[in-house]
Amino acid sequence: MGNGCFYADRLAAGYGKRPVAEGLSFHAGRGEIVTLIGPNGAGKSTILKTISGGLAPMGGELVLDGVPMERIPRKERARKLAVVFTEKLQGELMTCRDVTAAGRYPYTGRLGLLSEKDQRAVDQALELVHGTDLGDRPFDRISDGQRQRIMLARALCQEPEMILLDEPTSHLDVKYKLEFLSLLREMARKKDLSVLMSLHELDLAERISDRVVCIKDGRMDRCGTPEQVFTPGYVEGLFGMTAGKFDAAGGSVEFSVPGGAVKPEDLPENAVFVIAGNGSGRQVFRKLQRENVPFVTGILFENDLDLPAAEALAAHVVKVPLGPVPEEAVREARAWIRRCQRVICCRTGFGVWEKENEDLFKYAERSGKTAGES
Amino acid sequence: MNRKRNGHLKYGLAFAALLALLLLFLGWSLCAGSVEIPLEEVAEVFAWKLGCAPAPGASSAAGIVWEIRFPRALAAILLGGALGLSGYLLQTFFRNPIAGPFVLGISSGAKLLVACLMVFSLGHAVRVTSAAMILAAFAGALASMGLVLLMAGRVEQTAGLILGGTMIGYICSAATDILVTFADDTDIVNLHNWSQGSFSGISWENTAVMCLVVLPASAAVFLLSKPVAAYQMGEVYAKSMGIHVGRLRAWMVLLSSLLSACIVAFAGPVSFVGIAVPHLVRSLFGTSRPLVLIPACFLGGGVFCLFSDLLARTLLAPAEFSISTVTAVLGAPVVIAVMMKKYQRRG
Repeated sequence: MGNGCFYADRLAAGYGKRPVAEGLSFHAGRGEIVTLIGPNGAGKSTILKTISGGLAPMGGELVLDGVPMERIPRKERARKLAVVFTEKLQGELMTCRDVTAAGRYPYTGRLGLLSEKDQRAVDQALELVHGTDLGDRPFDRISDGQRQRIMLARALCQEPEMILLDEPTSHLDVKYKLEFLSLLREMARKKDLSVLMSLHELDLAERISDRVVCIKDGRMDRCGTPEQVFTPGYVEGLFGMTAGKFDAAGGSVEFSVPGGAVKPEDLPENAVFVIAGNGSGRQVFRKLQRENVPFVTGILFENDLDLPAAEALAAHVVKVPLGPVPEEAVREARAWIRRCQRVICCRTGFGVWEKENEDLFKYAERSGKTAGES
Repeated sequence: MNRKRNGHLKYGLAFAALLALLLLFLGWSLCAGSVEIPLEEVAEVFAWKLGCAPAPGASSAAGIVWEIRFPRALAAILLGGALGLSGYLLQTFFRNPIAGPFVLGISSGAKLLVACLMVFSLGHAVRVTSAAMILAAFAGALASMGLVLLMAGRVEQTAGLILGGTMIGYICSAATDILVTFADDTDIVNLHNWSQGSFSGISWENTAVMCLVVLPASAAVFLLSKPVAAYQMGEVYAKSMGIHVGRLRAWMVLLSSLLSACIVAFAGPVSFVGIAVPHLVRSLFGTSRPLVLIPACFLGGGVFCLFSDLLARTLLAPAEFSISTVTAVLGAPVVIAVMMKKYQRRG
């Protein structure tokens, strides 16, 4: 942890007398993205505010570029550290270009006039976020996604070594979320920036971060690469989730099972058997879950795309290791079909390895349980 | 770069328009009044005073123009500029479009202390200097500002802040009225006129003192334009830009109080200029850049006050309206329009 990186050592952050979070030790190297995750109110924003210098640390040490941050003069710090926070920026009667140019503040003279060099930096920052066309538009009349991009341009314009972002994607729809985060990833690499941010979206956090810092009950619960942090069952514990599941392998969230796991004899009367496979069943699972209809699904191979959602949502899953389907599994599946009121087949055709599922479908057809399904 | 040049051209035109208006009203207010003086004679007086022509024949005209109308017009410009800036600072400080020295009770606080000083000095037959008046007004303005700031710390809502400020204003005005009531008969006329607000009777000595206070204070405000630009985008961002926000806020409070104190000391409380001018200027220039708005507010305030004083003097000549009567008629609709716009956006 030499030059060109940031680290926090046993940082305590908070307002008033008691710290909201303490014992935080983590680092962010150049070009790295470090993400804070944790339940609402865990103190993520407070931590970011403390690092930005908006709040005095209540203990521990913050070091940027090998220098303790409290020893970096304000002006100097403004050239090293940029922020994109949730507090909405007041941009009345300002064009996007004006807002971006505000990032040049630490570099301009007494009156804040922009030099040629500053103008070029603004142009460049706008170009980087694909916002050149937005330059002349009024800042308070663009979409949330565009606004976040301009805020990022403003931060880039500051030519910092590190950017802090507090839930930068929270007001964005899916398209803009992905767009914004990939932009951030690209910038971190291209500009050799350290990025420290808080994120709500665990799936995105897992995919974008080099390191994840988990905050729970005012302390650092885990810190490491996404692979180290997102172990099965961890997220449910971190967030105290009782009403759903986080699929650690796929990085997505599922709601809870309607009836929970059951034995064949306990299966409710309205239960449905779903013949799925190759990713064809997920949406049906979720639809049944929404409609509160319990279901059993199979026969799925253990590497099937449908398996994570099936395991999260189905009352029971008939699954087998990759390879020939054992006779036993087919018998089990038939037993479940007999118990179910209806059979839904998600497959439009069956491959060579799906012979058993094809047989199951024919079996269901013979017993008249596929009625109404196309 | 083309875009940049367009921006500069726009600002240039707007400044030129304001300057042209200023000169127009200045010329007009030198000529018009209870005695109409033709422009040629006014020009002669100026030529004489600047030493490029002999003394004009009609000496009464020279006296009226040089000793009465010109200092009065200059005072209206300077004090109007001070009011515009003070309003601009307060609106930025509180992030509130209807803040101003008058609505927040700052003018009334200043007025109360100045009234105290006047009554005291009249009672003891002491002559009050301009500087003493400014000091008293400044102390009163700061005291009111302190109260408003205390409230601002506790009240979240804008409406509460404005209401609180207005109430402070009423309390101070009531106290002033009580003072006026108990003052000696001979003092009342003086005090009463002043407490209504008027630019009449301003001497060259007053104008000089005014210049000494208003011009440096305005220059200081102009030098704050860079940090103010960052501050108006939000406190978090200002801090992240390395600004000492506490220090900046202190400067804004001191300067806006000093500027509003100046007006009260010389002209009594003048309403609505402080609120209305920043809005008019903002929509004329179409920007929120303090670097442009600060000089523009000064100039705009000068034009606004000069015009208001002109109307106050000439509409019922030789009688005069109080200046606030005119500024209210001209300024209040602006405030209503601003409030409507604000309400609309939220609803």
